[in-house]
Amino acid sequence: MKRICITVLVAVVALIAASDASAQGRRGLRLNEVMVTNDSSVVDDYGRRSAWVELFNSTFAPLEISSVFITDDPSNPKKYPVPLGDVNTRIPKRQHVVFWADGQPSKGTFHMNFTLRQGQDNWIGVYDADGKTLIDEVVVPASLAPNTTYARSEDGTGEWEVRDGSGARHVTPSSANVIRDTNSKVEMFAERDENGFGMTVMAMAIVFSALLLLSVCFYVISKIGEHYSKGNKAKSHGAKLQELAREERPDSDSGEAIAAIAMALHEHLDAHDRENTVLTINKVRKAYSPWNSKIYNMRQAPRH
Amino acid sequence: MSFGDFLANNLHQFWILTGFHNATWEHFVMLAVGLFFIWLAIKKDFEPMLLVPIGFGILIGNIPFNTTAGLDVGIYEEGSVLNILYNGVSAGWYPPLIFLGIGAMTDFSALIANPKLMLIGAAAQFGIFGAYMVALLLGFTPDQAGAIAIIGGADGPTAIFLSSKLAPNLMGAIAVSAYSYMALVPVIQPPLMRLFTTKKERLIKMKPARAVSQNEKIIFPILGLLLTCFVVPSGIPLLGMLFFGNLLRECGVCTRLAKTASNALTDVVTILLGMTVGASTQASEFLTPQTIGIFALGFMAFIIASSSGVLFVKLFNLFLPKHKKINPLIGNAGVSAVPMSARISNNLGLEYDPSNYLLMHAMGPNVAGVIGSAVAAGVLLGFLA
Repeated sequence: MKRICITVLVAVVALIAASDASAQGRRGLRLNEVMVTNDSSVVDDYGRRSAWVELFNSTFAPLEISSVFITDDPSNPKKYPVPLGDVNTRIPKRQHVVFWADGQPSKGTFHMNFTLRQGQDNWIGVYDADGKTLIDEVVVPASLAPNTTYARSEDGTGEWEVRDGSGARHVTPSSANVIRDTNSKVEMFAERDENGFGMTVMAMAIVFSALLLLSVCFYVISKIGEHYSKGNKAKSHGAKLQELAREERPDSDSGEAIAAIAMALHEHLDAHDRENTVLTINKVRKAYSPWNSKIYNMRQAPRH
Repeated sequence: MSFGDFLANNLHQFWILTGFHNATWEHFVMLAVGLFFIWLAIKKDFEPMLLVPIGFGILIGNIPFNTTAGLDVGIYEEGSVLNILYNGVSAGWYPPLIFLGIGAMTDFSALIANPKLMLIGAAAQFGIFGAYMVALLLGFTPDQAGAIAIIGGADGPTAIFLSSKLAPNLMGAIAVSAYSYMALVPVIQPPLMRLFTTKKERLIKMKPARAVSQNEKIIFPILGLLLTCFVVPSGIPLLGMLFFGNLLRECGVCTRLAKTASNALTDVVTILLGMTVGASTQASEFLTPQTIGIFALGFMAFIIASSSGVLFVKLFNLFLPKHKKINPLIGNAGVSAVPMSARISNNLGLEYDPSNYLLMHAMGPNVAGVIGSAVAAGVLLGFLA
């Protein structure tokens, strides 16, 4: 009965974890850029211009967004369900997709059944498949000029800002809001830590801290273990811990001394006839390597 | 077209595809290197498990062929068989599997019994960052410098893992350099150990390690994983597999899994890893001035790592009571060339005192070096990837 209970418990935990993993992924979906009035910007597959909404997968895993809901009406969270069965609804890690707000869902998966209202605030929300869990939302201001977008300054995380194409504020449908051609971390280290001293200090501090932490933990654990084993020993002897005689260890357990004691005991206890045997100990010289000699050097895996 | 022309044209086309037509002097240099590795392994019994797969891999990777013919046979040609096998290296999943095997083989008792030895494993990582600084001076970018410097960790799988993430184009040179220097540990380390220690220090006898309970052995991989990976999450692939393998070994209820991880699985991955690393050293990618720089930096990293381990023990001894002094000959074992460097500590100790067995003491810093280099790799990955 106990075994069945444990099995059921493990299964329930695994089920919850699995469902949560999927939910966690969708929580990484982000509204990333919105254009309300499109007169001279990007065109859709049919060569027509209309408002668009860009979604971004902010996670580092592919994200399936079919059955997610996109809406412009808080009272109707299930307004546009992203259709099932389209391979393009699987967004690769850190990538974007554009949905056209043209009110013509018959044109394909990425054409929604609503349009955005020019000259008014537009609320846009993305709901999870249950139609209740709000994943992300944004209010696009009424003042947004034609052919400009309301976008995050950084993909998936930054503050919302108006993008009119001036300076670095490019309109970027289906691509990153910040265009990078180098690894910013590497650039920063190249600029700020030319000789590598900073990296050395930081990294060695971290390595020492990690191993020191482990070292201290095991020192404490060994002391606790020692205390408990003494306690158990005292209990079995029916004495108090303080009364237990302190075990003395020799200053050094030399191999020779141990071998001599073992031989003496053997001689003393062995009742068999003396046999003619020769024990030869040869030192084997061989160029061992970490790849071929570990098993000879360490304890074998435990056996039953 | 006459029948003779037909035959001549086809034979000419065939000739264009052959290795003889496409061979360059670089190919022959690399083939000679591959043959040299195989000769070392077979005739000199020098790291055979390592040098035979790598040496033969070099032969495989450097057979000249027409790269414009679309034969899909080269290791860098997407979809080729070699390319599929190479995915374990380029995507970095062979090294964690090797770490699983290392964890399943390694007895951490020496480290658990004497936790302060872990710090020696940390000190030896100076080799990595010393090489990092020099690599920057030589003009490598920080990510390339990090990938090269990890050679100082003396851990082949870690070097491959990190270079596949930070500098994939240098991975062949880094891997071959790392494994070559690991093979040369018995040559590189003893002179340094003698140089930095006095005769009196070499004679220090350390107390035998206490017996470690099974509970402690089970707690070690769990606590080790949680503590190190909470500090450096980017080390999860290596440290996670290392500690998982060790838990399989020590828990006592997964004997079959522990055996598979430490024997069959490790052997399979070692074969594939060695062969594909060798094959990745295509002449066009490998024979560059950068490769010479990588080998020089790797050598320097090894020297710094070994020296800093020994010097750290001497420094540590200043703060320890007389009866708890550590023999500095185990300092070299802080580099994670398991168990070669621990064996060298033992041999050198026996050379000066035939009754002074340092092997189990040296295994402490040795396995701490494995953990330390994986943490260092995680740090570099976190900062630079």
